[in-house]
Amino acid sequence: MSAMSAGAPRSLASSGQKSIQDILHPLSAEESALNPGSAAEKDLILPNGTPVDTSSPASSSSLLNRLQLDDDLDGETRDLFVTVDDPKKHVSTMETYITYRVCTKTTRTEFDLPEYSVRRRYQDFDWLRNKLEESQPTHLIPPLPEKFVMKGVVDRFSEEFVETRRKALDKFLKRVADHPVLSFNEHFNAFLSAKDLNKRQGLALLTKMGESVKYVTGGYKLRARPVEFAAMGDYLDLFTQKLGTIDRIAQRIIKEQSEFLMELREYGPVYSSWSSFEEDLHDPLEGVSGCVSNCSSALEELTEDMSEDFLPVLREYVLYIESMKNVLKKRDQVQAEYETKLEAVVFREDKKTPVPTDVEKCQDRVECFNADLKADWDRWENNKRQDFRQLLTGMADKNIQYYEKCLAAWESLIPVLQDKQEAEGETS
Amino acid sequence: GQFLGGLGFVMVEKGTSLLKMMEISVAEAEKRTGKNAVNMQETYTVYLIETRPVDAASEGTNPVPDSLWRRYSEFELLRNYLLVTYPFSVVPPLPEKRAEFVWHKLSADNMDPDFVERRRVGLENFLLRVASHPDLSSDKIFYSFLTEENGWKETVFETGFQAKADSRLKALNATFRVKNPDKRFAEMKHYGDELQSVISQLLRVRARAADRLYGVYKVHGNYGRVFSEWSAIEKEMGDGLQSAGHHMDAYAASVDDILEEEEHYADQLKEYLFYADALRAVCRKHELTQYELEMAAQDLTSKKQQREELATGTIRTFSLKGMTSKLFGQETPEQREAKLKMLETQIEEGEELVKERNAECEEFVKSAWVDIERFKEQKDHDLREALISYAIMQISMCKKGIQVWNNAKECFSKM
Repeated sequence: MSAMSAGAPRSLASSGQKSIQDILHPLSAEESALNPGSAAEKDLILPNGTPVDTSSPASSSSLLNRLQLDDDLDGETRDLFVTVDDPKKHVSTMETYITYRVCTKTTRTEFDLPEYSVRRRYQDFDWLRNKLEESQPTHLIPPLPEKFVMKGVVDRFSEEFVETRRKALDKFLKRVADHPVLSFNEHFNAFLSAKDLNKRQGLALLTKMGESVKYVTGGYKLRARPVEFAAMGDYLDLFTQKLGTIDRIAQRIIKEQSEFLMELREYGPVYSSWSSFEEDLHDPLEGVSGCVSNCSSALEELTEDMSEDFLPVLREYVLYIESMKNVLKKRDQVQAEYETKLEAVVFREDKKTPVPTDVEKCQDRVECFNADLKADWDRWENNKRQDFRQLLTGMADKNIQYYEKCLAAWESLIPVLQDKQEAEGETS
Repeated sequence: GQFLGGLGFVMVEKGTSLLKMMEISVAEAEKRTGKNAVNMQETYTVYLIETRPVDAASEGTNPVPDSLWRRYSEFELLRNYLLVTYPFSVVPPLPEKRAEFVWHKLSADNMDPDFVERRRVGLENFLLRVASHPDLSSDKIFYSFLTEENGWKETVFETGFQAKADSRLKALNATFRVKNPDKRFAEMKHYGDELQSVISQLLRVRARAADRLYGVYKVHGNYGRVFSEWSAIEKEMGDGLQSAGHHMDAYAASVDDILEEEEHYADQLKEYLFYADALRAVCRKHELTQYELEMAAQDLTSKKQQREELATGTIRTFSLKGMTSKLFGQETPEQREAKLKMLETQIEEGEELVKERNAECEEFVKSAWVDIERFKEQKDHDLREALISYAIMQISMCKKGIQVWNNAKECFSKM
């Protein structure tokens, strides 16, 4: 795995042993297109430590890739800000649905205006993601919250559900906006700016893209996945497994908690009926009943939160990983095609075999894909770490809040229970 | 009150007769095997009763206590003796004969060490309760139960309480109706019924809830394992995950202590469940006393009426005898004279009986009501204490939960 990580930022390239003229300008394209796996690539490092993408200009926005700074830096260097807020319910004769406001602020020239405010519904986000996947197949597209929700279990229009969804949609757009390549995608632009998002626009835009990215997927056999990509695949398989296990555990806990809650709901009232035929003990017993009732409500909140906030995020990741594995497969296909064609050229015996420029293009594609994927993988790892840190601390927080509520309830009960005693102490 | 023996929550009146003089405890339990009444091999548990004069302990010399072994059936015998001998007392109950209201982890087996331990504590509590009771504590049979290992059983049987017990038992089990029930006792009996019902329900639901709570905590242990496995495939996230997993394991393990403490609360409730029964028994015995008085009074009234009829020759009440004498002719004046004399004697005896029974009844009511009032105060005090300690238990559990999750949160934030 170590080969893939960006690791700590590397130190500035210094002139060192070489004279200044010998050091290649970061923006110059390396003439190594014909040599697979050019060793020279590895020597070129930008001042901020990111490796130079020496793929040809035919790959998506490689130029801008070199200029884009690490998205962990402060927003001062960002030129595109996106937020999702203000959910509203729309009722029509055909359907009821929620729209969200999408606000954009930008200095980029790709946008006609510096600010936009549009309303979008989940369908639109889904459309955007599909378009991004289609048009940027060498990249990892951030995940969306689940499309379908279980009938009868989750209320699609409840405040909590809408808020959870809004946060996830906001995160999705921000991640696309921070991506050096995806953020320049035409569909993304349309999504942010078009008053009326006409989905047919997408088709028109696609044909304009020209040389873009219809990769052949089919028929070619890959000899061996390179180590780094094989490691990615293995990791994703194992990770999916662990996520599945965590999902099952969380579900089991929710089930046990719900059954415990059921018993508590019967337990509390018994103290109440007891208090009804006691004199001295009336207030203490009634107090215990109230306390148990408070704890029950707190527990109910905990299980609801876990169902609504925790489980969906886990499931999104599993879906996300599925789409990532597909990207890996596509990469394999591209490499397989290249290797097959290269072999044909090397062992060319008749004129029917592919012309060298065709092989060049294939090599280009492989290198672009690998570079894009590697960069995105690092980004993904960072995001994953953030996401799970947030998710698990969230889970811990919810449990802490539950116990704090119960603690407060029982602590406030103590004086009620001791009340008579103090009075007795005074009179005796 | 004072902390006594293993059961810290027994509030015992300082300065009552027996406890003023001696310290009592049920220190140990042991398994024994032997031949029973039908000459079959059996295994049973014996409990070590230790007694020590109070003065010795306070002087600081701390001599070896006197001790003897008793089994549960002997405690039962003692209690039955007390029930018969002091019918107006709310006699303290014994810990349950068989484990009831168990949740899955608790054993229902009488030989289970946890059950034996809780029984030991319960038996000690019983002895302390009796020793602090104003009437029961001065009983000689009770004293010899604590001090005379051999021959105690014979001594008890010699009191002849068995015979009394049998006849009383028969009478109590029979259905009878009192014409003018004492309102106070009727209310007390009703209270006893309600108390028994509500505590049973409480114990049942609590046991089920304990089962569920156990499940919740234990499943969290699975997080420990999966976090460990997951950390193995991670780089920077690995350490945080691994440590968090340890905290999840600790969380899962903590439930055992929590539920053991709660079992203690359940035992306190159980004592009063059985006390409710003792209370109802006193009320029923009062009813019987009153019924017997009413029967005697009724009998007297009818005898007086018979005398009047015989004397005046009028038949006011229908009686077959009267009818037959009418049909077959009047009796001779000598026969009438003899009958009258007999009736007079019976009436005299009847009046004595009524006086006796009346006095009995009044005595019973007086004594019983004193003990019932005492019991009421004890109950209110003890149950309030039990609720306080239950609340403290819950507070402790919440604090532990907060701590564990805070620890886990710290680990997660370092991921």
